[in-house]
Amino acid sequence: MKKKYIALIIYFIFLLIPIYWMLNTSFKTNAEINQILTFFPAKFTTGNYIEIFTDPQWQRSFLQTFAYVIINVVITMLVSIPAAYIFSRRNFKAKPHLFFWLLTNRMAPGAAFLVPFLVLFSNLGLMDTLFAVALAHCLFNVPLAIWILEGFISGIPRQIDETAFVDGYGFFRFFFKIFLPLIAPGLSVSAFFAFTFSWVELLMSRTLTSSGVKPITVTLTRSLGAAGWDWGVIAAAGVLTMIPGAVVVFLVRKHMVKGFALGRV
Amino acid sequence: MKTEALAGKRRETSTVLFLLPTLIVMVGVGIVPLMTVVNYSLHILFSGTLPHFNGLQNYYQALRDPAFMNAIGKQFLFTALILVIQMPLGVALGMALPEKGAWVGVALVLLGIPLLIPWNVVGIIWRIFTRPDIGVVTKVLAKIGIMYNVAKLPSHAWWTTVIMDTWHWTPLIILLTFAGLRAIPPEFYLAARVDSASRWAVFRYVTLPKLKHVLVIAVLLRVMDSFRIYDEVFILTAGGPGSTTLFMSHYTTRQVVGGFDMGYGSAISVIYFLIIQVMCYLLYTAMMKVGQKQ
Amino acid sequence: MARIELKDITHIYEQGKKQTCALQGLSLTFENGVAGALLGPSGCGKTTLLNILSGLVRPTSGRVLFDGRDVTDLSTEGRNIAQLFQFPVVYDSMNVYGNLAFPLRNRKVARAEVDARVREVAELLGLGEVLSKKPRELGPGDRQLVALGRGIVRQDTAVILLDEPMTQIDLHQRWVLRRELSKVQSKLGVTMIYVTHDQYEALTFAEQVVVMRDGQVIQVGGPEELYDNPRSPFIGYFVGTPGMNLWDCTIRGGKLVFQDFNLELSGTGIAQPAEEGAQLQFGIRPEFVPCSPTPKSGWIPAKVALVENMGEYRILTLRAGGTAIKCRAPADSPFAEDQDAWAGLLAEAGKVRIYRDNKLVS
Repeated sequence: MKKKYIALIIYFIFLLIPIYWMLNTSFKTNAEINQILTFFPAKFTTGNYIEIFTDPQWQRSFLQTFAYVIINVVITMLVSIPAAYIFSRRNFKAKPHLFFWLLTNRMAPGAAFLVPFLVLFSNLGLMDTLFAVALAHCLFNVPLAIWILEGFISGIPRQIDETAFVDGYGFFRFFFKIFLPLIAPGLSVSAFFAFTFSWVELLMSRTLTSSGVKPITVTLTRSLGAAGWDWGVIAAAGVLTMIPGAVVVFLVRKHMVKGFALGRV
Repeated sequence: MKTEALAGKRRETSTVLFLLPTLIVMVGVGIVPLMTVVNYSLHILFSGTLPHFNGLQNYYQALRDPAFMNAIGKQFLFTALILVIQMPLGVALGMALPEKGAWVGVALVLLGIPLLIPWNVVGIIWRIFTRPDIGVVTKVLAKIGIMYNVAKLPSHAWWTTVIMDTWHWTPLIILLTFAGLRAIPPEFYLAARVDSASRWAVFRYVTLPKLKHVLVIAVLLRVMDSFRIYDEVFILTAGGPGSTTLFMSHYTTRQVVGGFDMGYGSAISVIYFLIIQVMCYLLYTAMMKVGQKQ
Repeated sequence: MARIELKDITHIYEQGKKQTCALQGLSLTFENGVAGALLGPSGCGKTTLLNILSGLVRPTSGRVLFDGRDVTDLSTEGRNIAQLFQFPVVYDSMNVYGNLAFPLRNRKVARAEVDARVREVAELLGLGEVLSKKPRELGPGDRQLVALGRGIVRQDTAVILLDEPMTQIDLHQRWVLRRELSKVQSKLGVTMIYVTHDQYEALTFAEQVVVMRDGQVIQVGGPEELYDNPRSPFIGYFVGTPGMNLWDCTIRGGKLVFQDFNLELSGTGIAQPAEEGAQLQFGIRPEFVPCSPTPKSGWIPAKVALVENMGEYRILTLRAGGTAIKCRAPADSPFAEDQDAWAGLLAEAGKVRIYRDNKLVS
């Protein structure tokens, strides 16, 4: 077999082992986890999953996380698409500076913004709401989305804009019927990154929520009981958090390959 | 003439209109909090007392704080290390992936998984994996004579963190490389073969130059994100043993959330933010200069 | 520089269950040092043929020979070819000098010799001034020249393949580039095969034009031969601006009977081209059909439908009933649309070509 395929196989094994281990652990009882080491559950149990599915706390957590992630992706896309269009198509003096400033926000360390965000969202009365987390995540997602989309839009020749106008299309009709489908791969890629980041982020989502909203990332760490970490349940929850992501990747995989190849990403 | 002026005006308005949502959001979650932090950093802020203007004293103090310097040093070392490991590894694997076929879809989905796991779950996975008492890694390594202990031994903690980050983020580089390669027209490879180029020459003169843009993105993203790494490491080692894996984010959070002086914590935050920005700016300029920006 | 022979090449593409025959039992020879062209519409198989020549594709059956040596099983590297593509393929990270030197350096040629050769080629192609520049600083035409330079810098190049190299070059530049290509070809005597769907490019560049259609060679010949004696109506129509007039007709009692008019068979100067009632095609190029504003005996009455100004001449499209007749007239001729005109189809009888079942009869 070719050398490179061997290397790939080794890498994918490396990739899958921790995931397999988590799957493995999720089907064990805590007793078994804490006492012996087995590569396959000696006593296969779905108890951990049942606990999660029957615990309204977990369900609520999943749903809420999903909710604020979707809200974030929607806001991010709505805000970024027009901006990316302008950055690509128009030139104005402040452009490079504005663009760079936007990018610096992507680099912001969460730790630095914790307290100001607390103050800001408390003042707005948005503490502990879905919108607080969704908006906070915009800090990182919007610049990245604009960066990616600008690259894609620049790949579409300007003539298309102009001919559409000549053909008598109103601007909005042009935008929705012609333009957006053209940059569909770019939209998928940006939405993918926005979804990913918001789904996995912990610091902000934990800081800005308390009892009202429980991000899944927080509920996972909550399982630190007095008796130590409830590993079985944690592992099961971890597996469950991977699923939406895997589904998303699966759904957009064709788009992504095309999107990655076409645009600047 | 009048229509031109009108069109120009209309253009200006639409430009502003299009940018407005972004500006509102970003000013709200970007500038306002930043101003707050900078403001705090110039004061002494003990809870319960009134803020006391302190000028740049907080900054001087921060620059002389050995714990802070230690965290910075560890951070730079960490980021340098993961770049050196993950970039070549990711690019090589991205090049090894087949272009087409059923396996590609499977591979892409598998590669997406580590990227889509909440970062603390990554920490949890690796913690379960490497627990000193019943972690599978500990047991397996013990069988071949290595007394692995991620909690007690600094070098073990350090390298486990590096490997964990590699496991977590290499897929990003692989995906970016894979995408970048798809954009290279095959004629270039044919031409290189015609020119009797060796495999290394093909890589150096065709592949690498054409991947440049993608690689710049990959490096910048990795630098930004590794400088801000928090959750995975915290769960795995809590910064220890001692402060072996205490990176800048941990130190800053500790100061901001658990420290007494918010002002000091804010100064640290500002320095932290500046370091990242400077690093990214330098790297970006350097990488673009190599081979001249197009 | 080599003599290229293709013997009985057949190539079948398989996509899933579908089989497409791209080339059928094709045999061709390009002599050493000839300027050749593969001309044909999209899908005729010329690109497949090019890929078989370059070694990118292995033919389903048949042999490829360079100077008598069977290279069918040889990879691209072993064949010593050079190729120009539809867009300039140059190495952006190296300057022009580096690009030209690349093939030689890869073969570990001595520094001094590399330098000499690079400068020689640069001089020939007019790139002497830009050796230190990067390719992105040059226009697409010059970049193609750099790619050409890479092809000729090695002195053992067997053949240079050009795959529609003008695609990204704007019209004015094409003229310049075409001239350079011809200059290099004649000066170095290097075998060049130019693949294109543009008959003008093929005819102005090549001495030996191979016209292809649907995987087969229809005619091989020089530009004049293809122009004067196209072996099939397709070539007659494809070659020339505009192409040949072609109409269906039958023979009946000494007359050629068309849809909207008749012609005396004797007027063509061709003795019985076929039997009574045979289905034929009559071809004559617009430049050999004079047009008159006044009636003339034996000329076909028609109305001017379209006048196209081509600069030095005009193309008139006349309509006789349902038939369109294209004529070429001088730039100052007095024709206007909707005017009556008469077309002298047999005015230059020697140029009439008659086809039956897509084959030349006369």
